[in-house]
Amino acid sequence: MRNIATLLFLGGLAFLLIVITGSLDFGAPPMRIGTQIQAATAGDVGTANIVTAVVLGYRGLDTLGELSILFAAATAGGLVLGSAAARARPDGGFILRAGADLMFPLLLIAGLYIVIHGHLTPGGGFQGGVILAAAFFLPLLARPGTTPGHRWLMWIEGLSGATFIVIGLLALYRGDAFLTPLFDHGTLGELVSGGSLPLLYLAVGLKVGAELAGLLMRLAQDDEVTS
Amino acid sequence: MIWLALVVVALTLGAAVAVLLLDNLLAATAAASAVSLGVAVIFVLLHAPDVAMTEAVVGAGLSGLILALALRRLGLARLDVGPGGGRNDA
Repeated sequence: MRNIATLLFLGGLAFLLIVITGSLDFGAPPMRIGTQIQAATAGDVGTANIVTAVVLGYRGLDTLGELSILFAAATAGGLVLGSAAARARPDGGFILRAGADLMFPLLLIAGLYIVIHGHLTPGGGFQGGVILAAAFFLPLLARPGTTPGHRWLMWIEGLSGATFIVIGLLALYRGDAFLTPLFDHGTLGELVSGGSLPLLYLAVGLKVGAELAGLLMRLAQDDEVTS
Repeated sequence: MIWLALVVVALTLGAAVAVLLLDNLLAATAAASAVSLGVAVIFVLLHAPDVAMTEAVVGAGLSGLILALALRRLGLARLDVGPGGGRNDA
């Protein structure tokens, strides 16, 4: 019965999608704002990665909303899971330990690179932040007895979130709209370019990384309940 | 190009079906991560590297990790499937 209902639902969804896509000409973009943004970004915001210009420059407030949603989700997860206590668990084994030692610096470099170059190459704060979280979670998985260091994570998360909002407020103080990019654009494609957008992405990356690392540590360290 | 896309789509759909059919919940989690990986490759083929990176990192990495940790917490992470179809109510 449930399978039939699922099939009916999927069929209806497919029908809707076919109708919508059938009414569009193949290959014609349904929105024309994309070409305009691509034309205007280099002069307006000054970032080589246009996605970053949209995410932080034109739609910075949406990114702040995204961050607060993630914060609420992580807080709720922390409430449900409780505080993490380091307990004596069986060791991760040689392969996991050696792999964690090998992967930790590589993940750290990859994550930081993606965060710092967010305004130049694909990627940015969210993607790099998740990689950083994985980098700091991996050693904990390999050596379960180590203390998690939640206090540090809390401080990093709070300070980076506050930095994001303070940069937005500085634009207000200057007389612009909230989260308007500050500083000069610099040369297009240089590491130091795009005004305050790299700083914003660094804050986003640190916040996302600290948040998700804390969540994963809680999830992993609290012992399994039933077995 | 189109053949590469077709192969990736076939692999992704196969992994998606495997998620439904596998009895072992850990294996199903791995298959779900494989679905995300295939979708990420499709995004790369469609020239959307930002979205592909997010899909690979969040869909294939983080959500798989969270699902696996939740399975361990619930005591459902078993590598051998018993007669209960992987759902050991011990």
